[in-house]
Amino acid sequence: MALTNSSSGHSRLRWLVVAIPYLWLILLFLAPFLIVVKISLSATAIAMPPYQPALDFSAGLGVLWQQLKELSFDNYVFLTEDALYWESYLSSLKIALISTFLILIIGYPIAYGMARARKEWRTTLLMLVILPFWTSFLIRVYAWIGILKPEGLLNQLLLSVGVISEPLNIMPSTLAVYIGIVYSYLPFMILPLYATLEKLDETLLEAAADLGCPPIQAFWKITFPLSLPGVIAGCFLVFIPAVGEFVIPDLLGGSDTLMIGKTLWAEFFSNRDWPVSSAVAVVLLAILVIPIMLFQNAQKKASE
Amino acid sequence: MAGKSLSTGKSLGPIRRAFAPWNDPAAKPFIQFQNVTKSFGDFTAVDDLSLNIYEREFFALLGPSGCGKTTLMRMIAGFEEPTSGHVMLDGQDLVGVPPYRRPTNMMFQSYALFPHMNVWDNIAFGLKQDGMPKADIATRVDEMLALVKLEKFAKRKPHQLSGGQKQRVALARSLAKKPKVLLLDEPLGALDKKLREETQFELIDLQVKLGMTFVIVTHDQEEAMTVADRIAVMDQGKIVQIATPAEIYEQPNSRYVADFIGDINLLEGHISSTEGGVTTLDCDGTGAKVQVNQDGGAKLGDRAWFAVRPEKVAISLSPPVDPSVNAVTGEVWDIAYLGDVSIYHVRLATGATVKATITNTTRLVERPITWDDKVWLTWSGDGGVVLTR
Repeated sequence: MALTNSSSGHSRLRWLVVAIPYLWLILLFLAPFLIVVKISLSATAIAMPPYQPALDFSAGLGVLWQQLKELSFDNYVFLTEDALYWESYLSSLKIALISTFLILIIGYPIAYGMARARKEWRTTLLMLVILPFWTSFLIRVYAWIGILKPEGLLNQLLLSVGVISEPLNIMPSTLAVYIGIVYSYLPFMILPLYATLEKLDETLLEAAADLGCPPIQAFWKITFPLSLPGVIAGCFLVFIPAVGEFVIPDLLGGSDTLMIGKTLWAEFFSNRDWPVSSAVAVVLLAILVIPIMLFQNAQKKASE
Repeated sequence: MAGKSLSTGKSLGPIRRAFAPWNDPAAKPFIQFQNVTKSFGDFTAVDDLSLNIYEREFFALLGPSGCGKTTLMRMIAGFEEPTSGHVMLDGQDLVGVPPYRRPTNMMFQSYALFPHMNVWDNIAFGLKQDGMPKADIATRVDEMLALVKLEKFAKRKPHQLSGGQKQRVALARSLAKKPKVLLLDEPLGALDKKLREETQFELIDLQVKLGMTFVIVTHDQEEAMTVADRIAVMDQGKIVQIATPAEIYEQPNSRYVADFIGDINLLEGHISSTEGGVTTLDCDGTGAKVQVNQDGGAKLGDRAWFAVRPEKVAISLSPPVDPSVNAVTGEVWDIAYLGDVSIYHVRLATGATVKATITNTTRLVERPITWDDKVWLTWSGDGGVVLTR
């Protein structure tokens, strides 16, 4: 009897261990997300909080059923009617896409150099990549204001050297947003790339050379294809937060820099339109998650 | 010292047995190391080494790890450049030629198969690199797959193969370009013993069939002796001895070689006579006299060692006719029964141990010689060699 007891205790413990991550996701991702979805289906109201709940769980099942049948997707329809929204989405995707590409081009050589550096140097180099995280993200973006603004450090330097005669208007502009995103997200590209490149067996490159493949060709035929998992992970880590980025376009971007994070913020705080801003957030999530799921499915099939 | 003459016969068997271009002064070496030194910082991996390897030879570089054998091979492949000296291949100086322009191919110890390509693409890699027409590549790859009997695995990725199959793919890939020299870096190290032995013979067959020059690096003396025409035994960046497997085993030129290849008994003493083609060594301690049919190699009064293989030592309970020459006496200290043979460890009065191997020709019921027996060990005048270093 003792044996079955202990084994059932064992399985209960195992169940608990497995359940913890799910619980975490349910509590901190699914539940808030469902609340956002619920708000997005409501109508605005001058109230606290500023919306008319579409569903009332306390009124009993009959009322709830009635409410479910009357649910309106007006807020989602509204997003398609005002050009501001889809322009914001498109502009965000474009900025995130170009930034991701720039970060990949800058981050790959850095990660490659780190992975090929002498062993005793690698930890230090890794530390240097992580070091900026020790300063608040906000402060680092503010620092870029100090560098890029018309009377900022960069212009002062260029003026004193004599490269330019008039200060450049880098900030506020979309260019400054690109600079901010590339700078801020670079480590998220370097780290996964470094992890895959460091594991790469260098004898593979020797084998390629032995079979008549010069180094540059060997990079494209061996190194790059084998680092693809790192490239994909890095691109996801950069692209996803960059699409929804708010702080960087808000601080460095001009009024012409349209990004969905800014639009969402304005909708939420300036217009106090919670339902529409919730709808904006839900659509943003769908735009990001659905292609990623499709991509991962395709990858799984390809590897089988 | 059989097979010195260079036969011109066409059948493969006799050629292989009589193949000895290293004894022909007119033969041109195919691979030549000329006073090659390779240093890594303070460490000298290869030290002023000269070496000739001949066309169609199966040449083994043998030695413990760190002796410079791998560095030597990597200098042929082009992964290392000599600090000084020259490496020549077929009359061409290889120094400064990058690996991707050398007519050599290497089979790596780790196989180094490209994990993102299937077997077919791995084998085709070098051919594509040469810009060979597609149809020719297909023919050649299929030929290679047939050679290593992996036709059914062409579409598999390396991670879907067993160790033995990977080894075959690596071999096929390195042979596909018909290199002038095939370099094998511990090619069988990752295989289990049985598969390794089978593969050794396959390698020999392949080498004879293809008529290529093979250079193998190994730390496994049995492997070197099985596959190679000649073996270079290396120690600390230098070659200690280059000879055929039989010569290396029967006539080692130093205690290092004698000890590295197989099992050896060493009796230390000094040379008391070198007359009439017989070298006499007086052993320290026991005073036993060793007379070896050996002319030269040791001078009167030299410190020297008599080296004799355990299987050439006879063990007996009764003393020989002349117990003063080529005989020592002691007590059986230990017996290692290995099934096919038994190894007797006999302790002499000096405390030294001499090993004698007895073939178990009948089923073992009761040992005629057993622990603590007082025994005589004897050997013939051709049984061993006298070494001075």
